[in-house]
Amino acid sequence: MTKKLTLALMDPPYESANSTTALRIISSALQKGIHINVFAYEGAVCLPLKDQAPHANPVKGTTVEQEEHPTTKAFVSSLLEIGNGNPLLTWVNCGLCVDERGAGSVVDGVKRGSPADFLKMAQESTNTLVIPTK
Amino acid sequence: MKILNIVETAYRATLEEQDDTILWLTGALKNAGAEVDVVLRGNAVNYLASQECPAFKIGSIGVNHPARPNEDLGRLRDKGVKIFALADDLEERGINQGNCVSGVQMIRGSDLVALMDAYEQVWHW
Repeated sequence: MTKKLTLALMDPPYESANSTTALRIISSALQKGIHINVFAYEGAVCLPLKDQAPHANPVKGTTVEQEEHPTTKAFVSSLLEIGNGNPLLTWVNCGLCVDERGAGSVVDGVKRGSPADFLKMAQESTNTLVIPTK
Repeated sequence: MKILNIVETAYRATLEEQDDTILWLTGALKNAGAEVDVVLRGNAVNYLASQECPAFKIGSIGVNHPARPNEDLGRLRDKGVKIFALADDLEERGINQGNCVSGVQMIRGSDLVALMDAYEQVWHW
């Protein structure tokens, strides 16, 4: 039976190493064929924001092309592309968290849900990894 | 106005930002004409140790220019920013000063108050 892992994420992008760690775990798990559920809660709903844009680095004097600044939306899109079937990545943004942040414009493939979806995800998973804001 | 930036929080989103945000801000402030120096304390003293963050990928997206705090500190020094570090915090972490980047003035915790007194504003990050 294919394993399934649920991750609950809380940190917003560009604030903590937690989100990078979580995305790397998701990336590695998908490479191993493990199905992944993500419940993005609180600030983590901003990870897939569509309007994120890379920028130049005036302190280093690099152009936007040279800087190749990563965006978390690109990470999420890439992971959703890899996890588009088998293995399957299901990414659910907490709808109320989205509303209070005005964070509704997200990349394709991100779904809107509720804590009830999180519970269902956890129930159908081998295990659940919570990566909270500290 | 002389500003002292005390950097204590380290590696906060440096993988996504490709920079330490406060070292970056210090450079930006210096470029804008600020008289600003830096104290590294707590976990931020790890920035002095020789290090190399390899490029990595998430999905198919690469992080190709990871933060290089050693180089960033050198760049700040070249701009005229003085870099201080708490020797006590290096010792607590078992970091040998011989393995650290050069050009940093080591101070003791007991020296910090006198150092702060030389600045009009002290910003603790």
